Amino acid sequence: MSILVDKNSKIICQGITGNQGSFHTEQCMDYGSKVVAGVTPGRGGEEHLGVPVYNTMREAVATTGADVSMIYVPAPFAADAILEAADSGVSLIVCITEGIPVLDMVKVKSALAEYDCRLIGPNCPGIITPGECKIGIMPGFIHQPGKIGVVSRSGTLTYEAVYQTTQNGLGQSTCIGIGGDPVRGMSFIDCLALFQQDPQTEGVVMVGEIGGTDEEAAAEFIQSEVTKPVVAYIAGVTAPAGKRMGHAGAIIAGGKGTAEDKFKALDAAGVATVRSPAELGSKMLELLATA
Amino acid sequence: MNLHEYQSKQLFAEYGIPVPEGVAAETVDAAVAAVETLGGELWVVKAQVHAGGRGKAGGVKLARSADEVRQYAGDMLGTMLVTHQSGPEGLPVNVVYVEAGSDIERELYLSMLVDRDVNKVSFIASAAGGMDIEQVAADTPEQIFTVVVSPDAGLQPYQARQLAFGLGLDKKQSRQFADIIGRLYRLFLECDASLVEVNPLIVNRSGDVIALDGKINIEENALFRQSRLAEMRDSSQEDENEREAAKHDLNYVSLDGDIACMVNGAGLAMATMDLIKLHGGEPANFLDVGGGATSERVAAAFKLILSNENVSAILVNIFGGIVRCDLIAEGIISAVKEVGVSVPVVARLEGTNVDKGRALLAASGLNIISAKDLTDAAISVVAASNA
Repeated sequence: MSILVDKNSKIICQGITGNQGSFHTEQCMDYGSKVVAGVTPGRGGEEHLGVPVYNTMREAVATTGADVSMIYVPAPFAADAILEAADSGVSLIVCITEGIPVLDMVKVKSALAEYDCRLIGPNCPGIITPGECKIGIMPGFIHQPGKIGVVSRSGTLTYEAVYQTTQNGLGQSTCIGIGGDPVRGMSFIDCLALFQQDPQTEGVVMVGEIGGTDEEAAAEFIQSEVTKPVVAYIAGVTAPAGKRMGHAGAIIAGGKGTAEDKFKALDAAGVATVRSPAELGSKMLELLATA
Repeated sequence: MNLHEYQSKQLFAEYGIPVPEGVAAETVDAAVAAVETLGGELWVVKAQVHAGGRGKAGGVKLARSADEVRQYAGDMLGTMLVTHQSGPEGLPVNVVYVEAGSDIERELYLSMLVDRDVNKVSFIASAAGGMDIEQVAADTPEQIFTVVVSPDAGLQPYQARQLAFGLGLDKKQSRQFADIIGRLYRLFLECDASLVEVNPLIVNRSGDVIALDGKINIEENALFRQSRLAEMRDSSQEDENEREAAKHDLNYVSLDGDIACMVNGAGLAMATMDLIKLHGGEPANFLDVGGGATSERVAAAFKLILSNENVSAILVNIFGGIVRCDLIAEGIISAVKEVGVSVPVVARLEGTNVDKGRALLAASGLNIISAKDLTDAAISVVAASNA
């Protein structure tokens, strides 16, 4: 078991003929992911990377029966691509694109409530179930099938958590990068709820960062709903207020969203927090050994 | 991207939101000439800088004659204004805004922003205008009124009423207020604003509601479709290093410490700063070189880092995923040679071809310390900076 994606997931890549879409789709295929089609408006009927290209998501889904969309469409057109994916009937949309205007995402977020589908991202590395299915830009080889669920707002910090849990032999059930934007699809809570239900997942590593209150909400949720051990780290203790730290969502605004507040909330909820990102894996190992 | 007050008010006026008449002036003479244009007996001379707290810092002056306007404009133009938000060096005053004086009966607070907790646009209003709203929210939260706008339905009349009654406005003022926030909402959406703040929104002695100050932030990610607003950018108000970084697709924020870092990925870059601090050092900057850490970009990053004279050591922390560590090592080596780095460099590489990468660094003959893991890297760079 895993969450959201596995070896049976059938994937369409929106923006497959672009540079990024092309490069990363090929990497996903090499990993073993079942990419069954691509969509680029105006390029329908062509073949790219050995799969058919369609003009619209509806046509692509109707023909291939795909259930996941992976989006590399450039930012000005990405909101439209997300909604097109939702309308096509896929159950999971993974949007890698960085730089989507936040007001576009406000509309998308509201419109998605009409559909029975989940959105991961945007501005994220994607999702991977090691050994089965990689949807996104993460380096596949650092992963190893195993028992830890990883959820993170940051790409490279996800890789740190993955690398450490691979090195110490725990491995990962599924890893999700939920993205660095202020308005995004799945939250920490959405992922934690799925990991809690997943029999393969024995513990969860959660990596947050400054900005917003998603981590505080997650702390409350963990306290009341999550029985599996959770290790958490928050990046940005040294980040100055009012400055955007790379990610659009990583900003301390109006005194809210500091790393200290998040650590405090997680500590109060009984979550095992680590002050160094180098200790994510070892802390999890320690918790599972004593569980 | 921040707009100046005068630019914000120009947009307000375009959207039919009442503002006092004013003239933006780059010279003292132009400021004095504004007195003629505006007429009246009272004028306000306001320094145009991207920082709040101008009043307390001497950047807002009431003038009762053309001579006083001349004096105040002369005092402000060409100087650096230091406010509690500007940083210790202050910000250059290249423009003053000369505005007709207003008779203030009441000062209110009004703002709009994208509320991350609900993923929607919210209005925030308070009867405690002209004050630091964060302080008001902390001390007297009952004085803050918030409405959340549905992106589908848009702003509703009941929401305007909720705010207007909360602010204690009379019937005529409530009508004006509802009109103003309807126009602000349209401005917010059409201009891709991330923040609009009117502090204060005033009721004047005639009982009319007027935007006496204005602050608009435009979202960077939307500038591709806001070309007219993008032209309003005033680079003189922005950090020079951060601007230079943006040219090379680097994300840079300068800090007060002496240990510089260069990292791929924003989250890891923040975590690297935190690690330096955790092991007893002080980070000099945040720097994300992005996924494709090419040698050209790494060289640009080194130059940027070294432009800060406080830097006593550099930590390069790269998790090579799609990018191979040997390529990154080559990039670091050529950049260190090209730029002439004189401070110790600690490099922590992990990921694809890491052994090749480390071997290259070791064989380079340069002053580059190869760290075996994250913790070792942080400890080594702190030690190197103290050596």
